[in-house]
Amino acid sequence: MSYVELKDIRVSYDNNTDILKDLNLSIEKGELVSLLGPSGCGKTTTLRVIAGLIAPNDGEFLVDNQNLTKVPVHKREFGMVFQSYALFPHLTIKENVAFGLKLRKEKRNIIEKKVQDILAITGLEELGDRYPKQLSGGQRQRVALARALVIEPKLLLLDEPLSNLDAKLRLAMRIEIKRIQSQLGITSVFVTHDQEECFSISDKVAVMNKGVIEQFDTPEEIYKNPKTEFVARFIGFENFFELTPTEDWKYKTVDGTIFQSTHKWEPGKRTGTIRPEDIEIAAITQQNTNNTVSGTIKVRTFLGKSYQYEVETPIGTLLANKADDVVYQVGDNVTLSIPAHKLIIV
Amino acid sequence: MRKNVSLKIFAGLVFAFLLVPLLIIIVTSFGTNSTIQFPIKGFTLEWYSKVFNNESFMDSFFLSLQVAFFATLLALIIGVPAAYSLARHRVFGRNWIKSFFLSPTIVPGLVVGYSMYQFIVIKYQFPIIQGLLLGHFLICLPYVIRVVGSTIEQLDFSIEEVSWTLGSTKLQAFIKVVLPNITSGIFASFMLAFINSFNNIPVSQFLSGPGVTMLPTSLMNYIEYNYDPSVSALSVILMLGTIVLMYVIEKTLGLASIS
Ligand SMILES: Nc1ncnc2c1ncn2[C@@H]1O[C@H](COP(=O)(O)OP(=O)(O)OP(=O)(O)O)[C@@H](O)[C@H]1O
Ligand SMILES: [Mg+2]
Repeated sequence: MSYVELKDIRVSYDNNTDILKDLNLSIEKGELVSLLGPSGCGKTTTLRVIAGLIAPNDGEFLVDNQNLTKVPVHKREFGMVFQSYALFPHLTIKENVAFGLKLRKEKRNIIEKKVQDILAITGLEELGDRYPKQLSGGQRQRVALARALVIEPKLLLLDEPLSNLDAKLRLAMRIEIKRIQSQLGITSVFVTHDQEECFSISDKVAVMNKGVIEQFDTPEEIYKNPKTEFVARFIGFENFFELTPTEDWKYKTVDGTIFQSTHKWEPGKRTGTIRPEDIEIAAITQQNTNNTVSGTIKVRTFLGKSYQYEVETPIGTLLANKADDVVYQVGDNVTLSIPAHKLIIV
Repeated sequence: MRKNVSLKIFAGLVFAFLLVPLLIIIVTSFGTNSTIQFPIKGFTLEWYSKVFNNESFMDSFFLSLQVAFFATLLALIIGVPAAYSLARHRVFGRNWIKSFFLSPTIVPGLVVGYSMYQFIVIKYQFPIIQGLLLGHFLICLPYVIRVVGSTIEQLDFSIEEVSWTLGSTKLQAFIKVVLPNITSGIFASFMLAFINSFNNIPVSQFLSGPGVTMLPTSLMNYIEYNYDPSVSALSVILMLGTIVLMYVIEKTLGLASIS
């Protein structure tokens, strides 16, 4: 039994279409788990179910073996950071941060101390007496974080907390969030649709599609070994081609070439995929060996570090990136090799 | 350029058309003529002192003030929570309710007054003061619901949600987070409803009874038999009061957001 358990959660806003379908998710204590997926896939909805802002139509939600499905928001003691930060405009930064502690009727000096400590951790000591509208985006974001953290939440929920910041600040803030989260050891759920952000910050990633978790794994595993075509596409695989499994744990392409993959062989699964940068491109060779396919360059695109070639082959049009040391022309015939350890079967 | 000039002249004429009668009233209120006449022959403050010494003016003035005040207060107590639930919850027929609250600004005041008379006086036979309060409460309510409602709609809903996650009940969140952020709307709607109740003629006319006269009624009664400038003086006093209130609204919320 994990620390946080979502069991067969189903959510439907209009009782017609399910926004979340039998969603299951287990989170260990102290972990930072990200929900990653395209817009509208149900990330925010999942987070709001966890927070208690939405009651699921079916399913259970447990933390620390306690069933919280029917516990109202204000009794759950989770910290939440909204995309808009949602700071109280009429309160100073200190008062914003102290809001949750005052509701808990803690002693004045204890509140004072806790607020000071968290402002120090989040680097906001100087700004305590200002009002939210006097702060920059990054500072507001940290206030929202401090306000959620100061109540020592059982769970920290973050809904795209960095999406309103510019690229440089995003990078700094995500390192900051990770540092604070691991320093305080708070179990966290982080919603994002930015895969780099998600991979760099998370212990585990749940890739969501249309209300379903397609894969729940460590960032490395998802990056190197996507389990479904959706996940592969989402994290940058662009070449997909049909493969037929053979008896000797290999695969055959539509034109009969044998392809091998070092990844787990499973009968029935038969779409091969590879990232454009993992395909090796070379001048045409006569005999077709295993894991190669020949074709003609149709389009060449300059990407800066490399060129991208669109190559028409018997198994379909493939994209291959190659550094600019050897440059091929449109119309050239080339051989593409697909390394066995880079070929993923989904 | 030419077009601009003629537009300015046109706008100037419209303003003059609106303002000149007001200016004439102001001027005549200081005149020594015994009827309202323009231009005036001499300067005097006699009419102002006459207003303050006229018992029926003063009584009806304070009555109107009290009715307007308590009706508005009541409208706030009921209207603010109502506006909140209209803005936040999926109330059945929400758009119909909203249009309904616009209706008093569309339906002629006389019709409103007469239908209130039918119900409050004829059908349910309310005592006069209570009837007046109820009638004026009904005039005030739409202003509260519309002005406070639009302020609530502009408020970021997530600040309420975040306060729930921090441990406050819905009621605590309403008091600690919503109310402090809609004070300007509450204040403005108070002023607006107050002015409208105070200046309302038809409802006061229909609902008042023997011995109970609201200011507009007493003003009309007076004009029927006298045509002296004390009416002008009273109007100037009322205009001044309204201008001060409007100025306060403008400072707190901006007039644009209520019309
Ligand atoms: N209050 C609501 N009523 C009806 N449908 C809703 C409501 N909120 C969200 N939805 C729908 O539920 C689906 C999932 O929404 P959700 O906000 O969870 O997506 P998301 O993954 O967070 O997307 P994004 O990355 O754009 O924030 C969407 O199709 C959305 O249209
Ligand atoms: Mg979202």
